[in-house]
Amino acid sequence: MSAATTSVPSDARPVGRPLTANRLPKWAPAGVAAGSIALGCGIGLVGGLESKLQWGLISAALFLIISYALAAQVEGRRQAKDRFATSVVWVAFILAVIPLLSLTVYTIQQGADVVDGDFLTHSMMGVRSAGPGGGIYHALIGTLEQVGLATLMAAPIGLLTAVYLVEYGRGTLAKAVTFFVDVMTGVPSIVAGLFILSLWNIALGFNYSGFSGSLALAILMMPVVVRSTEEMLKLVPNELREASYALGVPKWKTILRVVLPTAIGGITTGVMLAVARITGETAPVMMLVFGAAYINNNPFDGPQQSLPMYIWQQYAVVNNDFGYARAWGAALVLIAFVMGLNLIARGIARWRSPKAGH
Amino acid sequence: MTSSTPAAPRGRERRKRDSRVGDKIFMNLSRGSGILLLVVMAAIAGFLTWRSAVALTKNEGNFLTTFEWTPDAPEPVFGIAVLAFGTIVSALIAMLIAVPVAIGIALFISHYAPRRIAQPFAYLVDLLAAVPSIIYGLWGALFLVPHLSGLNSWLDEFLGWTYIFDQSRAGTTPRNLFTVGILLAIMILPIITAVSREVFRQVPRMHEEAALALGATRWEMIRTSVLPFGRPGIISASMLGLGRALGETIAVAVVLSSSNVLSLHLLDPGGGTFAQNIALKFNEAQPFGRDALMASGLVLFVITLLVNGAARLIVARRKEYSGANA
Repeated sequence: MSAATTSVPSDARPVGRPLTANRLPKWAPAGVAAGSIALGCGIGLVGGLESKLQWGLISAALFLIISYALAAQVEGRRQAKDRFATSVVWVAFILAVIPLLSLTVYTIQQGADVVDGDFLTHSMMGVRSAGPGGGIYHALIGTLEQVGLATLMAAPIGLLTAVYLVEYGRGTLAKAVTFFVDVMTGVPSIVAGLFILSLWNIALGFNYSGFSGSLALAILMMPVVVRSTEEMLKLVPNELREASYALGVPKWKTILRVVLPTAIGGITTGVMLAVARITGETAPVMMLVFGAAYINNNPFDGPQQSLPMYIWQQYAVVNNDFGYARAWGAALVLIAFVMGLNLIARGIARWRSPKAGH
Repeated sequence: MTSSTPAAPRGRERRKRDSRVGDKIFMNLSRGSGILLLVVMAAIAGFLTWRSAVALTKNEGNFLTTFEWTPDAPEPVFGIAVLAFGTIVSALIAMLIAVPVAIGIALFISHYAPRRIAQPFAYLVDLLAAVPSIIYGLWGALFLVPHLSGLNSWLDEFLGWTYIFDQSRAGTTPRNLFTVGILLAIMILPIITAVSREVFRQVPRMHEEAALALGATRWEMIRTSVLPFGRPGIISASMLGLGRALGETIAVAVVLSSSNVLSLHLLDPGGGTFAQNIALKFNEAQPFGRDALMASGLVLFVITLLVNGAARLIVARRKEYSGANA
């Protein structure tokens, strides 16, 4: 018995095999990548494939196969799987970067020639659509007003709903609200547009106006604000609330003075991101605001223009090179606006709220 | 409480009453907002149903199986067969491409990338999630479509035998459902990535370290600790993406050259989606045509409702996932 316990199992580690298994050198993935890209390009050239997209796809497939095979030979199956996963992740990254970067770069390239002082300060009033000139001033005004009105409606409601869900919500009502907020985030923008159309324009008899567009935008914005605010409020540590209660502070004051200020960075970020999202909505605006070539400063009366709709009209209705150019110009302005909002929002998030948790 | 110091009991009483009033007001205010949201949802369903009912009673064709869309003709005929097919197929293509890639990117940012790349790249993805759909549409029509013709003829050549990838006339401009699917995939990629990345980041470090300590490779660690933890997050992220893909209007309207043809040849131009059809037909529609479009909008609404509801239930079944406080 004692002999059995003291004797070393002979199959524990075969003699001569090193403690660390064989490994591919550190430069192996890079090498395989370079090799498969070269091979992919070679195949593309020989096969006469004119689209660079196919070259890329072939290279990616080669990269995956070669890195798996190589690792399986040298390092064993588990390591090979690991390498394969790593390769897949890198390929996914590169696959995604290309179109996304191309979108940004292409928009900037096309738009930079068009955007200048004139473009920003003139409307399309009296501009021949088959000729150059014209601008987006009227669209800028419209977008700012419509989005501003929508935010004024949606942000408070969304914020209060989130407070309800996190701080008060128990029972069926809260469950129903949570559920339908989630469902509401999925409501297509065009459906929101149709709804406002049937309610505001058909049932109540109002005319096309910027405000009716912002009603639809508010519907789209509300659930986004609720969701992001809810997440932020959940991040506020319970200890803070408990400390406040322990000092005898009533609940509503705790929420207003402790919970919301703690989360304000995240909440602002969420609201701004929601604003950025609705700024680019085209479909509901197209139905409800109608579009105009002239400047209309009053969002409550008469058709307005908005940036996304302007792009659509220049592309689909005008549909010539001058229209495309104007569309790209407006697209650049719109993208700059939305990205600017995003950057500011994220700046606020970083500045206001020190990293919670971990 | 009652046994505490008797000093200034009146002031305390008043403060208590104030706090109670304040609490009541605040609570009702916030509950009211919640109820308002529910009312809006109910109203959307109600009003769309009302207009659809008006339209459907006069429809001469079968709403579900008719291909044509001529509601303003003397004998109004309209149906959603083509639209439903196009919507589902394009969204399906988009999901098939976007979900795996997005999970890959999310893992890349959270676990694979060198820290110096990960942060800026995460930033970039977040920014791209905010790019308006009209710009995706513009880019899709003027940049992506010409670049995809090579891939299309390739698919036609090598995968033509699958029927799906067979082009009836080789070399047509790829303003087809397949291109729409790819464009939609690119559009929903940032959203799915952003959400799944956040979830992957919340995986408790202990789980990961425990897996690694047991000798797991990085992939095994991800498979055993990150992915199971993140699954509800991935599902809800995909749900967000699917909702967008189903309801995407303007990008589809810009890229697709639509027709009322229902064809499984995905590389042939033609077909349509609910949202695209509404956007395209809305301007010329007479009042009755508008009602018909609302009927199709109602169907779209119900579909997204079902998709989101179902995904929601899947997520809810895993109760241990409680978002940020986990």
